[in-house]
Amino acid sequence: MAVYTMKEAKPAPSTSKGLVFWLRENLFSTIPNTLLTLLGIYFIYTTVPPLLDWMIFDATWSGTKEEVVKEGARWIFIIEKFDQFMYGFYPEALHWRPNLVAILSIIFVFFIPRLSSIKIKFVSMLLYPVVCFILIRGGLGLEVVGTEKWGGLMLTILVAAVGIIASFPIGILLALGRQSDNMPIVKTLCVGFIEFIRGVPLITILFMASVVLPLFFSDGIEFDKLLRALIGITLFQAAYIAEVIRGGLQAIPKGQYEASESLGLTYWQGMILIILPQALKISIPNLVGSFISLFKDTTLVLIIGLFDILAMVTLTNSDTSWLGFEIEGYVFVTLIYWVFCFSMSQYSRVIERRYNTDH
Amino acid sequence: MNNSKLPPTSKGLFNSPQNRAIIFQVLSLAVVVLCIFYFVNNMFDNVAKRGITTGFSFLGETAGFGISQSLIPYDDTSSTFLDVFIVGLLNTILVGVIGIVLASIIGLMVGVGRLSSNYLVAKLSLVYIETFRNIPILLQILFWYNVVLAALPSPRQSISYFDSIFINNRGFIMPDPIFESGSGFILVAFLLACISVVFLAKWATKRHDLTGEEFPLVKVALAIIVLAPLLVFFITGQPISAEYPALKGFNFKGGITIIPELLALIFALSIYTATYIAEAVRAGIEAVPPGQKEAAKSLGLKDHVILRKVVLPQALRVIIPPVINQYLNLVKNSSLATAIGYPEVVTLFSGTTLNQVGQAIEIILMTMAVYLVFSIVISLLLNWVNAKMEIKGR
Repeated sequence: MAVYTMKEAKPAPSTSKGLVFWLRENLFSTIPNTLLTLLGIYFIYTTVPPLLDWMIFDATWSGTKEEVVKEGARWIFIIEKFDQFMYGFYPEALHWRPNLVAILSIIFVFFIPRLSSIKIKFVSMLLYPVVCFILIRGGLGLEVVGTEKWGGLMLTILVAAVGIIASFPIGILLALGRQSDNMPIVKTLCVGFIEFIRGVPLITILFMASVVLPLFFSDGIEFDKLLRALIGITLFQAAYIAEVIRGGLQAIPKGQYEASESLGLTYWQGMILIILPQALKISIPNLVGSFISLFKDTTLVLIIGLFDILAMVTLTNSDTSWLGFEIEGYVFVTLIYWVFCFSMSQYSRVIERRYNTDH
Repeated sequence: MNNSKLPPTSKGLFNSPQNRAIIFQVLSLAVVVLCIFYFVNNMFDNVAKRGITTGFSFLGETAGFGISQSLIPYDDTSSTFLDVFIVGLLNTILVGVIGIVLASIIGLMVGVGRLSSNYLVAKLSLVYIETFRNIPILLQILFWYNVVLAALPSPRQSISYFDSIFINNRGFIMPDPIFESGSGFILVAFLLACISVVFLAKWATKRHDLTGEEFPLVKVALAIIVLAPLLVFFITGQPISAEYPALKGFNFKGGITIIPELLALIFALSIYTATYIAEAVRAGIEAVPPGQKEAAKSLGLKDHVILRKVVLPQALRVIIPPVINQYLNLVKNSSLATAIGYPEVVTLFSGTTLNQVGQAIEIILMTMAVYLVFSIVISLLLNWVNAKMEIKGR
């Protein structure tokens, strides 16, 4: 009886594995592909090394501006003006207060969602804005700092945070109003508001808030410039949030509404316990998307005369001993915005996975 | 059965959903009306107290300030505020149209590049999208205007191409076409060519339906549209010439000048909006099930036919609605021109005119009305497109 022995498998041919194969398959498969690859390499070659040289290797990191001899970025400008970029005109001795708020916020964002007790969650959500406001503005024994001194990245984050937090409940109410088919008047009011706000640019709403809003109130009521901008931004953001949440509400199967009614829940019980948790979960990606746009849109407050971090570039450049440093300023601010927006979009993916209850 | 344990059904006013709905609506309407009444009342008080005139009569007054770019004849001694409004409106439309065309081209290229089988191209497209969509548009506009365009040389050291196109820190200067008598014929020829192409397309479709024979429509149509006006151009003795810009003193005279504000705005808007269009294109192409492509391939269709007749029609249904929304966003974002002083409707009207006249309510409402009209037009367009592209079931 013949004994058959298995021959050992031959290694795959060198043309179908390894680096050479990958290169051939992904970069040089056809002639047009090869041309594109070469073009891409040329593009990278002409942009990346000069950019790196400018930003890092030829850059000036220390010393005074009279000593600058290198061709690259003069980061000494950013280092010199760093405090202004971060805090605007906030008194230097009190910088610990915004810093403390930042630390509190990080704790808030990362630890509160992990708490199991709903009561503690609720109380901390109510306390957090109050504590932050008192820390930044002063009062209760702390020295008061007027809003005209707030600026820089602090103001940018503050405007974005207030816009996000304040617009959220308004947005939910607007979305529910727009979905309430048995109340035509409420529905019309909500649709009118949402479509009006979404139809005009934010800058006109900010102009409206800063110029027209004071006319709406009798003389005794004075509005702070920052408060006016915040009102405009909140109304603007609420309309966009409403549309995002409406998308989530529409995605909930009708059976869920019927089931909550047949359990004898009232409208609000049904909404809060059954519908909204599901609708909000579905909306998370789009909600974060609209938060990112809002964060980018906060730059517009510079047009109505607030000093956010972008406005600080122009302002620090008008310092006569530091003229001609726009590029460094703009690049620094660009990096900051980019890091914030990019990490927000990554964070949304994390959250999406955490709340994903699909099996 | 014992029903006595059940709670008594109450027939109160508040227990019927209909009644509750009515009460709630009346309450909310009352709140809104009261608020509006309060605001309007205060507004009239305040306006009267500050001595601001009301109404739209200011539109007929002479404006008396110069505008750096105008598509209609504008003159700072006699033109009215209404003219200012129209100049701003036209400039907004100009930015919108150029920006939309450029953003579509870049967006399409990057979106297709994102799905390229070429690893390097796909990654470069990804880097482009992630970089530019995460930087605020206002920052990009300011960067182009204050850093890139400000670094261009002065008029005397302009970068020039063929001695007719000049680039310097006053803008981009190119020859101005001059239409002499007879140039009307060229326009007529162009229009006739367009009309004949429409009929040709109808005939080609009909023939394709009847016989299945393909007609090279795109090539023939292009040839007709380009060749017919060109032929007339030479027959009528070349009635279009150009006025070339020339350096006189410190600046250029003649030619068309594209001001740096417009350049900065267009670069920033189209690069920014293109990232969103690219993502829409990518999502649309990915939404076509791969089976469609494979089925078409197994029918023996060529690659370009598959793209044109199988993939694109299905992808466009997904791509077009978000892209149209991005067009609206681009037009709304063009209002940021006010940060660099490009004379469009917000800069001219909510900025300069408001400073001179002081009638904030009328002026801001008019500005908002412009954008509201734009968004209504665009949403009508969107509805029309959606209705047209709807999958027609039998």
